[in-house]
Amino acid sequence: MSRIAKRFAELKAEGRGALMPFIEAYDPDPATSMALLRGLPGAGADLIELGVPFTDPMADGPTVQMAGQRALKAGGTLAGAMAMVRDFRREDDDTPIVLMGYLNPILAYGIDRFCLDASSSGVDGLIVVDLPPEEADELAIPAKAQLLDMIRLVAPTTDENRLPKVLAGTSGFIYYVAIAGITGTRSATKDTLADAIPRVRRFTDLPIAIGFGVRTPQQAAEAVQVADGAVVASALIDTLARSLDEQGRAKPDTVRKVLDQVRDLAEAVRVARVAA
Amino acid sequence: MNKPLPNTLRQGPDGRGRFGQFGGRYVAETLMPVIQEVEQAYNAARNDPAFMAEWRRLLKDYVGRPSPLWLCERLTEHLGGAKVYFKREELNHTGAHKINAVLGQIMLAKRMGKPRIIAETGAGQHGVATATACALFGLKCIVYMGATDVERQQPNVFRMKLLGAEVIPVTSGAGTLKDSMNEAMRDWVANVSDTYYCIGTVAGPAPFPQMVRDFQCVIGEETKQQILLAEGRLPDALVCAVGGGSSAMGLFHPFLDDPEVAIYGVEAAGRGIDSGEHAAAIAGGQPGVLHGNRTYLLQDAHGQIQEAHSISAGLDYPGIGPEHSWLHEIGRATYVSVTDTEALEAFQLCSRLEGIIPALESAHGLAYVMKLAPTLDKDKIIVLNLSGRGDKDIFTVAKHLGETL
Repeated sequence: MSRIAKRFAELKAEGRGALMPFIEAYDPDPATSMALLRGLPGAGADLIELGVPFTDPMADGPTVQMAGQRALKAGGTLAGAMAMVRDFRREDDDTPIVLMGYLNPILAYGIDRFCLDASSSGVDGLIVVDLPPEEADELAIPAKAQLLDMIRLVAPTTDENRLPKVLAGTSGFIYYVAIAGITGTRSATKDTLADAIPRVRRFTDLPIAIGFGVRTPQQAAEAVQVADGAVVASALIDTLARSLDEQGRAKPDTVRKVLDQVRDLAEAVRVARVAA
Repeated sequence: MNKPLPNTLRQGPDGRGRFGQFGGRYVAETLMPVIQEVEQAYNAARNDPAFMAEWRRLLKDYVGRPSPLWLCERLTEHLGGAKVYFKREELNHTGAHKINAVLGQIMLAKRMGKPRIIAETGAGQHGVATATACALFGLKCIVYMGATDVERQQPNVFRMKLLGAEVIPVTSGAGTLKDSMNEAMRDWVANVSDTYYCIGTVAGPAPFPQMVRDFQCVIGEETKQQILLAEGRLPDALVCAVGGGSSAMGLFHPFLDDPEVAIYGVEAAGRGIDSGEHAAAIAGGQPGVLHGNRTYLLQDAHGQIQEAHSISAGLDYPGIGPEHSWLHEIGRATYVSVTDTEALEAFQLCSRLEGIIPALESAHGLAYVMKLAPTLDKDKIIVLNLSGRGDKDIFTVAKHLGETL
């Protein structure tokens, strides 16, 4: 059983949803980013999304764009992100890690070599934002051979004719994009999600995580009341960005501030279904 | 549907929006449904005689087509070789070829019931064309323009505002054309239900490369008729500057199945290919995926996209349309490059010898004609696509020549 499937099975047995924080690899520098990654499970992260920096993140709002620019300036690459996962795995063999990014760095690395290296580094799944199912075969087939889960995005614009095509070949979990928009901007209402998630559920038995616009402990709790996981990205990166000095360097309390926020989110996610 | 002809290069793209390995549709899931909606609407529109007749009417009475094919006697004499003709796209309303495809796309948006139009622009020519068409059709127009470009293209910014468009300066990235395209894509993701993205070149996710090309093919179709009338035969060579490559595809495509016609696309070499400061995706790039399509891109070894450089803001883009990448790989077209300095010389020569101030983009094409024509016999014929007029560029050129205006 893959780490992702195992983790969701455990959470289901516990009767709670997953908190999935997102951090950008190398933001704002390799050491801080690594300290954050190492600290996330202890702060309550059930799964982790690790962003791979790219110059042109077309689906991301200003917060994640800036994170990517800081990461690139600090030397962030796809190889660097995989090296972080390798280091992380020396201490943690249980927490699933999903790489999230855009296709071009993977193409430049070489698809087959990437799938091999990602798998041997301990990466569990891939989210490639600009790779719709129509174009996915060239990556999905070698990824599957290396037992990497291909996690697809389902959007509010994905209608019921299209859903089966998007879900075919998806493994691990479904990433439900809560709003038609970019990251770090608007949030969906609880009612919208309560309407949308069962619509997707009718087509799949995979766990569903909600991302885009999940910022506060309350929103994370609401997300896991209707779905199986909550992805929080821009809200954490905002905290990280605010903690930096004028030159954009990490300060001594940068890691603690972000992890404290993860703790608050985790607490809300853990009691969400009991409270409901 | 026509039966496929085995020996044509004009059939692309295939059902997946590809030209060979290039093209495709690499966008976030949120955009896929609207892109498929655009494709269906376009396929219906181009097979609708009333739609095409209305577009032709606009081209004739609003744009002023057909644009003339001008025999450049003084330039030909000066170069001492092949006869040089200009396809005079700079005489179109708004001063460039962009309006041909913009009118088609805005008609399509109207047909799709999308009242809000967004566009990206570099030099501002596509932005001005889009703002113009939106004024004509009474649609809301938002133009994303890199903050750097807003600074260096103030007259076009003001033109767009006069035409009723809202110009949004883009500060992300380096604030140039690539970033304004990212920002337009982000806008579209957030406003799919009421918005149409009017892409300015033969790039982006399918069907845009094909659709923009089809509308621009009016350039090559007219050229073919005009040269047959003037010379009784097809030209020996076609030359056109290539940024994204819409003016070039428009000229080249109707001639792809005429093997006696040599085809040259001219990329911007900026300060020289070896300097690393250029915009020549084919000469100095590698295939990759950006802005919804697979094509040649300027990128580093890690797949990060690099900033392009060209004196011409319209060529200042790190990619090229996917059909050009394919024509390069199969060898049907030859892609060459021309530096900023060579383009500046051509800009001045054209102004003095023909009384035509060309756009800096077109001056790149002309600079290659200046190299090519002297190597050919006097009975040979070259057609250059003079895709735009140079009024917008006089400030840039003056600065490079050390003049203050």
